[in-house]
Amino acid sequence: MAEEHIILKNIHKGFHRNEDTPTIALDDVTLTIKKGEFVSLLGPSGCGKSTLLNIIAGLEKESSGSLLVNDRPIKGPGNDRIVVFQESGLFPWMSVLDNVMYGLLIKKVPKEEANKRAMDWLQKVHLGKFANSMPHELSGGMKQRVAIARALVMDPEILLMDEPFAALDEQTRMVLHKELEKIWRETGKTIIFVTHNIREAVVLSDRIVLMKTRPGGIKNIFPVQAARPRISSDSLLIHLENRILTELEQEMEKVLKEELGSDYALKTDHLRVDPHSNMGSDI
Amino acid sequence: MLILIAIWEAISKFEVFPSFMWPPFIIPNDPGGVTVVKTLVNGLISGQLLLATGTSLWRLILGFVIAVIIGLLLGFLIYKYKIVDDTLGFFVTSLQAIPNLVWMPIAILWFGLGVESVIFIVILGAALSITITSSTAFKSVPPLLIRVASTMGSSGFHLFRTVIFKSTVPQQIAGLRLAWALAWRSVLAGELLGGSGGLGTLLDLGRSIQAMDLIFSIMIIIGVIGSFIDNFVFVRLERMVLKKYGIQTTP
Ligand SMILES: Nc1ncnc2c1ncn2[C@@H]1O[C@H](COP(=O)(O)OP(=O)(O)OP(=O)(O)O)[C@@H](O)[C@H]1O
Ligand SMILES: [Mg+2]
Repeated sequence: MAEEHIILKNIHKGFHRNEDTPTIALDDVTLTIKKGEFVSLLGPSGCGKSTLLNIIAGLEKESSGSLLVNDRPIKGPGNDRIVVFQESGLFPWMSVLDNVMYGLLIKKVPKEEANKRAMDWLQKVHLGKFANSMPHELSGGMKQRVAIARALVMDPEILLMDEPFAALDEQTRMVLHKELEKIWRETGKTIIFVTHNIREAVVLSDRIVLMKTRPGGIKNIFPVQAARPRISSDSLLIHLENRILTELEQEMEKVLKEELGSDYALKTDHLRVDPHSNMGSDI
Repeated sequence: MLILIAIWEAISKFEVFPSFMWPPFIIPNDPGGVTVVKTLVNGLISGQLLLATGTSLWRLILGFVIAVIIGLLLGFLIYKYKIVDDTLGFFVTSLQAIPNLVWMPIAILWFGLGVESVIFIVILGAALSITITSSTAFKSVPPLLIRVASTMGSSGFHLFRTVIFKSTVPQQIAGLRLAWALAWRSVLAGELLGGSGGLGTLLDLGRSIQAMDLIFSIMIIIGVIGSFIDNFVFVRLERMVLKKYGIQTTP
């Protein structure tokens, strides 16, 4: 269990738009994630959460620093690390079922078997009836559920989830929380989970990485020691939630201060954040 | 349609223009005289018009198919390699500003009067157009879809075949439709100038023997073929694909 799965050392990432100075998305990120660990990334918009996830996925190359997965440097993307993106990204020319089967067929799973596994997962996200629909016939939340099924059916060692539940209604979100926790417990996958929702992070994670912006990086790491299965009214969790909230508010104030300059004083009154809501997604 | 024909006949009957310039459409002006319809039907039966139509269509299809292959290939290279985009991409865009017909003198110098010249300008016009539309299409593939495919383990030709190309299909069809219309114009213009058989050459013949009925017959064939293929091949194909991809069209 204590084996190191993903090791990030002094990762920097800058984006060059034109010839001008690069945007520094990540500045000196060092983080070690153990095998089977559930880690959440939390932080204000633009702090580099997606960028960090993409680097681990191999979709983006770090500017400097080193990244090891299973003690080996990665060579680009691979289906041992599947990403669930912020937007569903379904292929519009394929039926829902074909979308979910896409990765399995690449893994050379026989068609019949792939079909069966894909159907299983569609049923788990309550979309069995829509297997033969086209993506444009689904609502946004339904599309996201298909995207989740498409990732989970691959049974990857590492699951990288970028705000996978942000677009979902509360009920579906609860169902999928339970489902995700169950899968994680049963399969021992390593999961990195980006969210704006502190409660979600607290309930699901072993550790919560709070990120900062300008430059993007790690501000603090909170271990979550509460026993599982967890209920969100656990006093330990609520206490932690408040601690994280306080730090996040500081960080967001800093962002606002920079953005608004002297107008800042007028706005502070409006900064009341409700931990139940999708914090930070509105800035 | 009927009204148009009626007006046509009236102009002819009242001899607004001499009848060799404005022949009657259906009803001959003097017994056994020429009409457009008669020439059309006779031409088709005798095989003269049919043969010419076949010749032109064959050139069109041959040139078009070659142009599609060249156009898609160049379009892909422009999308894939920035250096090709900066050089060839720029060059192609500039060339496209030159009307197709302007190439005919060069084509005749290079290939002589004949089929080769005609096919050359068909390929040139259509390939340039497809190169531009396909490179634009490839460039507009959503990066998210490529990322999704990559994380699922797709790469190289598999990625191209299953995602990049598939994602551009609606735009490719629109591009082919445009190129097809260009190619059809080029065939006729080429034949008109290059004189190597086909509808265009026949048109030129009609002009030199002042056979207005023949000219109109050919024009009818050209128009019918053009709109038939557009409506029954491209419009249908386009509608089918847009529906499948769930792309909204303004009715
Ligand atoms: N392709 C890109 N080109 C240039 N800059 C980029 C690119 N992708 C991200 N950035 C910049 O990097 C920074 C971090 O972006 P990132 O998408 O990782 O943020 P995030 O934490 O995921 O935000 P959100 O919560 O809004 O999704 C931002 O300042 C963004 O402008
Ligand atoms: Mg993001």
